[in-house]
Amino acid sequence: MTDAHLSPRNIPDRLQGRGARILKSWESLLLAVAVAIFLGNSLASPYFLDPWNLSDATFNFTEKAMIAFAMALVIISGEIDLSVASIIALASTAMGYAVQLGVDTPALVAIGLGVGLICGMVNGLLITGLGLPSIVVTIGTMSLFRGLSFIVLGDQAFTGYPESFAWFGQGYVWWIFSFEFTLFVLLAIIYGVLLHKTNFGRAVYAIGNNQTAALFSGVRVARVKFILFLLTGLMAGLASICLTSRLGSTRPSIALGWELEVVTMVVLGGVNILGGSGTIPGVVLAALIMGMVTFGFGLLNVPGIVMSIFIGLLLISVIALPILWQRARRRLAH
Amino acid sequence: MMAKLLKNREILLVVAIIALVALIALRFPAFVTPASFARVYNDTSILIILALGQMAVILTRCIDLSMAANLALSGMVAAMLNTAFPGLPIPFIILAAMALGGLLGMVNGTLVWKLNIPPIVVTLGTLTIYRGLIFLLTDGKWINAHEMSDAFKALPRLGLAGVPVLSWLSLLMIALMFLVMGRTPLGRAFYAVGGNPHAAVYTGIDVGRTRFFAYCLSGTLAGLSGYLWVSRYAVAYVDIAAGFELDIIAACVIGGISIAGGIGSVAGAVLGALFLGVIKNALPVINISPFAQMAISGTVIIIAVAVNARAERRKGRVILRKAEAV
Repeated sequence: MTDAHLSPRNIPDRLQGRGARILKSWESLLLAVAVAIFLGNSLASPYFLDPWNLSDATFNFTEKAMIAFAMALVIISGEIDLSVASIIALASTAMGYAVQLGVDTPALVAIGLGVGLICGMVNGLLITGLGLPSIVVTIGTMSLFRGLSFIVLGDQAFTGYPESFAWFGQGYVWWIFSFEFTLFVLLAIIYGVLLHKTNFGRAVYAIGNNQTAALFSGVRVARVKFILFLLTGLMAGLASICLTSRLGSTRPSIALGWELEVVTMVVLGGVNILGGSGTIPGVVLAALIMGMVTFGFGLLNVPGIVMSIFIGLLLISVIALPILWQRARRRLAH
Repeated sequence: MMAKLLKNREILLVVAIIALVALIALRFPAFVTPASFARVYNDTSILIILALGQMAVILTRCIDLSMAANLALSGMVAAMLNTAFPGLPIPFIILAAMALGGLLGMVNGTLVWKLNIPPIVVTLGTLTIYRGLIFLLTDGKWINAHEMSDAFKALPRLGLAGVPVLSWLSLLMIALMFLVMGRTPLGRAFYAVGGNPHAAVYTGIDVGRTRFFAYCLSGTLAGLSGYLWVSRYAVAYVDIAAGFELDIIAACVIGGISIAGGIGSVAGAVLGALFLGVIKNALPVINISPFAQMAISGTVIIIAVAVNARAERRKGRVILRKAEAV
């Protein structure tokens, strides 16, 4: 590849040649980091390798990862959804309200998923229907959805969820495999197939690389994007069911700041924040890494806010490092 | 044509604010007195100062989500300086807060300029880092009113010709920004970079450097607001102004500053902030729970962005997408 291809004015096609190779090495790098953290943790603490401890550790990331899968598709298509954490809060509030009216578990699940879908639909309609920029719309709905939960709850909390509802966040399917972890694995496979093996997935990449070209190639851009925001809302509803069930209560501040962690997870997984590239296996690895780091820090008694500094640094350095690396390579090539 | 459009938008906003006030006045005439207006303005001063900084950043097609965290960190350091050296003159503390804020803004600007990282990612990252740093500095402890010197707390309330210093400062910043945006090469460069980065390069404007300066400006104003916030509310802790970054962006969006860059004015930012300020101050008067404020802000943001988008149809771009690489 000549230097002309690498000048900042010419962005090389991210899916071919060097781009594909970088992408490939990114996932192997993630895998290496994951293995290193795993080994480091098991050496640092004798309790790490206990199967039940590991099983507990998965709760650190499963709920966020569910949203991250859908978010990855949204970001690959060149949009973003910052309202996911607020959707969790609103769905949880709706379920909590229903519990006060004596609604039982199956209906609660339907309400959680339904509220997520409706929120996703609101985002999708505003963004694709009115053609508004997703970043501002979802900053607005982020405020709106959590605001609604504040109106309902104020400084109160909903509790008293039925016992059968606890299974989603605390139950086990088989041995150490919790319901949440099983769901995580299933969703990883579903989203992997959706993104990498279907026409829909190809359309998502096409939109992210060149929306106009995709439109002229017959991709229904608005419809695909609308579906992506629906999916993200649905996943946030699902995450809300799991989180509410695990905590057993709803406060309006539930899942505060999760949008940042979800976006970090997606970007750490190698998804280009500008759209057009990224893979589900990368996001899965990123979820495992973030989960293990959080768990490891937890074993070392590191306070939560320090972990968030680490996540912030991780987010920036994960994007900065490949840029610096590429720049160094270019300098060497001269 | 463009000037006419802009003018229209600001007049529209003035009309909206007057309508809002009239609506409140229907039920509570006491809300509409000069003294009450002065109070609302004073209460909105900090938001106005922050919105001015955010405006400069948004004009260049970037966004600064870290302003509130920057405010909290600068404010905390100002309070710590005051408790450690109570004799320190207040102007020095203000300058220190502004310098620290500027430095934090420089960090954002450098990452955007030199590494070309998307602004939203940079400032999402630094947002958590700056807030985390406050925790590291203080171990989560609060600095309360009795630990601050009287002069430190008194300055924003000090009356000057019947108007508090806080209001004077925001008026001064509005005047300064008015000059910077309209009468300096830097101000015009903000518009040029946001309007068409590609064309800006050909006219000899360094796009990255202009963005860097926009972040320095927003950082410095956040630093100033940090001191003002902490001294006004006489308390400093990790979570002050948490979530305020959304109010700042809301003020800009309501004020007609296009998130796609290049469109907006000082008057718009000020009016947008005042619109939010009137709502916030009116809620308790008309007996609506303060918990409703968040939802109202969200709704107003969405309506404002929809209205703006209609005015600039086919011009808007999603800021996440790199339209023209520099």
